[in-house]
Amino acid sequence: MKIIIIGCGKVGYALAEGLTEENHDVTIVDSSAQRLQDVTEELDAMSIIGNGSSINTLLEAGASDTDLLIAVTGSDELNLLCCLIAKKQWNCHTVARVRNPIYNKEIDLIKESLGISMIINPELAASAEIARLLRFPSAIKIDTFAKGRVELLKFRIKPDFQLDQVSIAELPRHAKCDILVAGIERGENAYIPNGNFILQNGDLVSIIASPKNAAAFFQNIGLATNQVKNCIIVGGGTIAVYLARQLLDMKIRVAIIDKNQERCQELCEHLPDAVIIQGDGTNRKLLMEENLEGAEAFVALTNMDEENIMLSLFVREHSKAKLITKVNRMSFDNILDQLDLGSIIYPKYITADYILRYIRAMQNSIGSNVETLCHILDGKAEALEFCIRENSPVVGIPLKDLQLKSNLLLGCIHRKGKVIIPRGNDTINVGDTVVIVTTQRGLDDIQDILKK
Amino acid sequence: MNYRIIFYIIGWILNIEAAFMLLPFLTGVIYQESALWSFVISGMICLVMGIALTFCKPKRQYFYVKEGYVTVALSWIVLSIMGSLPFLLSGSIEHPIDALFETVSGFTTTGASILPAVEDLPKCILLWRSFTHWIGGMGVLVFLLSLLKLAGGSHMNLMKAESPGPSVSKLLPKVHSTAKILYGIYIIMTIAEFIVLIVSGMSVFDALTTSFGTAGTGGFGIKNDSIASYSPLIQIEVTIFMILFGVNFNFYFLLLLRKWKQAFSNEEVCCYFAVIGIAILLISWDIRGLYDTFFVALRESAFQVGSIITTTGFATCDFNQWPEISRTILVMLMFVGACAGSTGGGIKVSRFIILIKSTGKELSSYLHPRQVKSIRMDGKSIDPEVVRNINVFMIVYLLIFAVSLLVLACDGTDLITNFTAVAATFNNIGPGLELVGPSANFGLFSNPAKLVLIFDMLAGRLEIFPLLLLFVPDIWRKF
Repeated sequence: MKIIIIGCGKVGYALAEGLTEENHDVTIVDSSAQRLQDVTEELDAMSIIGNGSSINTLLEAGASDTDLLIAVTGSDELNLLCCLIAKKQWNCHTVARVRNPIYNKEIDLIKESLGISMIINPELAASAEIARLLRFPSAIKIDTFAKGRVELLKFRIKPDFQLDQVSIAELPRHAKCDILVAGIERGENAYIPNGNFILQNGDLVSIIASPKNAAAFFQNIGLATNQVKNCIIVGGGTIAVYLARQLLDMKIRVAIIDKNQERCQELCEHLPDAVIIQGDGTNRKLLMEENLEGAEAFVALTNMDEENIMLSLFVREHSKAKLITKVNRMSFDNILDQLDLGSIIYPKYITADYILRYIRAMQNSIGSNVETLCHILDGKAEALEFCIRENSPVVGIPLKDLQLKSNLLLGCIHRKGKVIIPRGNDTINVGDTVVIVTTQRGLDDIQDILKK
Repeated sequence: MNYRIIFYIIGWILNIEAAFMLLPFLTGVIYQESALWSFVISGMICLVMGIALTFCKPKRQYFYVKEGYVTVALSWIVLSIMGSLPFLLSGSIEHPIDALFETVSGFTTTGASILPAVEDLPKCILLWRSFTHWIGGMGVLVFLLSLLKLAGGSHMNLMKAESPGPSVSKLLPKVHSTAKILYGIYIIMTIAEFIVLIVSGMSVFDALTTSFGTAGTGGFGIKNDSIASYSPLIQIEVTIFMILFGVNFNFYFLLLLRKWKQAFSNEEVCCYFAVIGIAILLISWDIRGLYDTFFVALRESAFQVGSIITTTGFATCDFNQWPEISRTILVMLMFVGACAGSTGGGIKVSRFIILIKSTGKELSSYLHPRQVKSIRMDGKSIDPEVVRNINVFMIVYLLIFAVSLLVLACDGTDLITNFTAVAATFNNIGPGLELVGPSANFGLFSNPAKLVLIFDMLAGRLEIFPLLLLFVPDIWRKF
């Protein structure tokens, strides 16, 4: 596909990175030559210097025959304008990033009236992610497939689970329920395991299961799964507001700590049911006064990555709260993983991920069958959801007889509202939804899982 | 201080009062009573003074907060003094302080009377008594604002000073049109009650005076036993209208605009109805033994509760004879009062809601010492200034209450009488308990005590601050 990305910030760059890897023709437009230079040096993409809302600039970028325009500049209005122009002039698909909470209520109306295909709000997406994590505190990261009927959950093996030296094949028997291990992360490496793989303490395990089975699994291995009842949020930014709203809807008590008195007043306006504390979140006494030890969840959302990391480390020492740390910079993710900071949320990454998912789905209507895509195992692998619409070489053949590519796993089959964790004798039928986990990039259709 | 604009507006108030006196004058003509001459004379006096004061238009039509408050306070005093002239001239009341008490009690919609027998008075005087309730209910300055288009945009200060409640909201962009809407609703509801009462078999004169008394939440009856001698149907109708006039008028405006959801989610109105409901049930349970059927007990308790909480002060029975629990509940309701922005008096439901919420906030600040929390009503947070104002209001309220109680104690009457007398006048209700109960009157007090009660009535109607402002020396200084 021909794709134009307007705005070359962190999201724009991450998108360009993902899209070029998937072999799309990417053109990036930005007004800063400096930023674009990095892009052309590192990525296989074209760059144009100029204002994305100018028709001439867009024409120069090849807008006349582009399939998709993604506007991710810092300004909501500019993004909307770019999309509006592209839509009216060349009738292409458009994606805009709009983050101002004022537009959030009428986002569907804006989408409809301006003819924009997708509007992404990074803060809202990040908060949805965090809320999902808090709903299921024992898992570290959750993604949903088949409209929420199948979940992909990631957790770290701790000694008291007694899963050390257990092989994958033994695991369902050990945990007394039907789940499938989709991936293992051990240090720097990610594995798509087969039955002989031996688990170790400290492994990050991703499992595929229905929500009910997942809950049973965690209970059986001895991991408490109760939804948290209260939550302390440090930093009262936009994500905090969205998050608090979602948590309060789930009847979770929320306390937000922010330094700025005026911001606290605003939070008070937006969130009448939350407890708003004015103070420095890094103040030890303050945190203790607010009963940190009794907190079941702690979310660090300040604007400073360092502060968030320090806070999470401190809280880890003093309470059993589920930790969620927001990190803006993506450069040091492998170091952060070693710190055991609980779940780390990269808002920019989530944005890019959502857009990539949309592009996959859009392509789907053109030729492929990907319904959902998400990065797992720290971006080293993907979980893809395919809808089997017609006959293909994979249909009707028992799975053990299929010649699958290496490092690829058939995670689950969703058939008429039922979730099947596939075994060797199961078959894929027309009408099923299939989740594939793989380290291979660029799968467009279900038949791509076969060896060529 | 812009004295000229103050005198100019007082002049207009006098003109309006003269115009208002036409109604009792016509009544006098219809019933061919000699007392009508008292209205001719006092009307002429008002008109002459009024025209003299309005003759020269002030150069600067602007007035600020202080002028607004002083104008309102002075207007009410002048209005009351001039309004007492017909009582004196007709000889219905002999002593000037008694006449002033009766008039202030009328304009402030209190309904506390010093007259032992009202049925002997001429009809035009009775009508004037009840009409003062209607004039005072919505406020004479609001009436002026709906008539007069003053230049400048600072008239909100007049309305703020006169309208009951912690904060005043404009219904429409212009004060002029807001005042018009308020009076429009007021007049329509009064006419509605008048028609309903006539249909239920009241005579025109009785229906008119009772409607005036209900609309202004006043409470002057034209019979010695207030409403008791009317049929149960009329009593129920009066109950309903009393309660309706105690509702915030913004509620009716929202109904007019068909904003049903917004209207019915109003916290103050919901709370007001909840308090009324609970009080009616408690009292009717308590007094069920005194009446033949529970329904009669319910009707009696509903009437008395409606009359007290809206600060009207009508009565259908001597609730002084009721058991202690019922009497106590009624005394408590005296302090609650009606909704802000209604014609009722008292401390107002919204003030209590805010006070209770700030107590909650205070308690929560012990749990979370650094918590930032705003007090919210109807989904909006309340300006801390308003909360502070309410706190000060409560303190001043208690101080004035205490001092009044002390002055009344010098007369040697018992504590319950004194306490309820102050409560009944300060909250603009009318009858209290014991010696000032529904079947008694305020004639027993000495003149100094009456003056204190007059002050209390005015302070209660104008919500203390405008009247207190007159006693601040700085306000009269040039600089």
